[in-house]
Amino acid sequence: MPVEHRPIHLTVNGKATQASVEPRLLLSDFLRHDLDLTGTHVGCEHGVCGACTILFDGEPIRSCLMLAVQADGHEIMTVEGLAAGPEHMHPLQEAFWKAHALQCGFCTPGFLMTLIPFLNANPDPSPMEVREALSGNLCRCTGYQHIVDAVVLAAANLREARQAAG
Amino acid sequence: MKPPPFEYLAPEDFDAALEAVAEHGADAKLLAGGQSLVPAMNFRVTQPAVLIDLNRVPGLGDVRPDGSSGLLIGAMTRQRRLEFDSEVKRAAPLLAEAVPFIAHPQIRNRGTLGGSLAHADPAAELPVIALALEARLHAVSKRGDRWIEAADFFQGMFTTALEPDEILRDVALPSPRNGTGWAFEEFARRRGDYALMGVACLVHLDDAGQCDRARLVFLNAGDGPVLAVEAADMLQGRPLSAESARAAGRHASEKEIQPLGNLHARPEFQRHLARVLAQRALLTAAERARRPAKPS
Repeated sequence: MPVEHRPIHLTVNGKATQASVEPRLLLSDFLRHDLDLTGTHVGCEHGVCGACTILFDGEPIRSCLMLAVQADGHEIMTVEGLAAGPEHMHPLQEAFWKAHALQCGFCTPGFLMTLIPFLNANPDPSPMEVREALSGNLCRCTGYQHIVDAVVLAAANLREARQAAG
Repeated sequence: MKPPPFEYLAPEDFDAALEAVAEHGADAKLLAGGQSLVPAMNFRVTQPAVLIDLNRVPGLGDVRPDGSSGLLIGAMTRQRRLEFDSEVKRAAPLLAEAVPFIAHPQIRNRGTLGGSLAHADPAAELPVIALALEARLHAVSKRGDRWIEAADFFQGMFTTALEPDEILRDVALPSPRNGTGWAFEEFARRRGDYALMGVACLVHLDDAGQCDRARLVFLNAGDGPVLAVEAADMLQGRPLSAESARAAGRHASEKEIQPLGNLHARPEFQRHLARVLAQRALLTAAERARRPAKPS
């Protein structure tokens, strides 16, 4: 059976992107292998671990549970789209660093992409709300406490920045 | 873990989708939210020759009023929408209460109402809610369309009344009578895991405060959503008290469910959970029935 490819046009981290993909290609593999955006990590590949979480039209989803061909016409943001580089980290990344919210770092991109829309919708979350929000992401190192701390810290910093900006 | 090759069809209107299922029938799988189907394909447990993606079909994701107080919900409505929709909160508070228990926000952003019903996982929340609320399911094919009662729709584990050339298009939820109380309870080892046991219930009290209608449906308690008819009958015509709720919960958990047990729970433990959760849900529903018209 000849391998069939489909053209897709999408926006990835603000950049118009086109590609030709086999329909069975998972979105997670497309990002990593075709676009070389290896910040999106692949853990379980069946929707349990949350490491591959990205934003699809602004909402967090599991990229291992979508086909690349389904992203045609849509907007995607991966962890690479959060900040320009190590000198200009996103306030949430900064807080993860300060609060020691990562050890091996494998799960971190998925946590970040889950929490960005959460903090937009809920700028002043309680620690319980944070735990609820990150329940779909597994971390084998931290025991989660430092991640909760980081999110509360990031929320405070973001509120302050917003206030300063008027 | 990658899906094996398949022919991918992404119809852009409903008629084209009907054509596709009519042509490919049993060789095809319909892709709705993909939160159960894609993992199964990744594991290669499911290997459809043809995948018909419904995500490009417009008009399948609306929540609309139906009749005087019910709802008509498009099968492709995302679970995340059901969680926050004010119409759902008003007309189907039991559904709104249960949706946050479905997996995680990332899953609910993609997962759909119709996808979950058509998948018919006995451990899923939405089939239980559909049966509790006596939903009617609108199945459409090129041959015509029909409405299927929830009680007839679920026919066993991962099995429904849908024919291979039919698409589940809408779900009609009649609004329970004024003053009906509702509750959903489940127990899972971790937030978002499949529940070891769960129960949805509806309770209506007459003017004298006697229970004149109760409905109890369990999840993960058999090969589909399990309606406990006898336990509901036991509650009829008497005040809903802690004692009667306990007796009904005990009867349902001992006589009316068939939990299969799994790695994390023996059937005896699931029965214990069913008894406690049913009692709790009945009392919550009765309390809400006593102070009606205040959806959360």
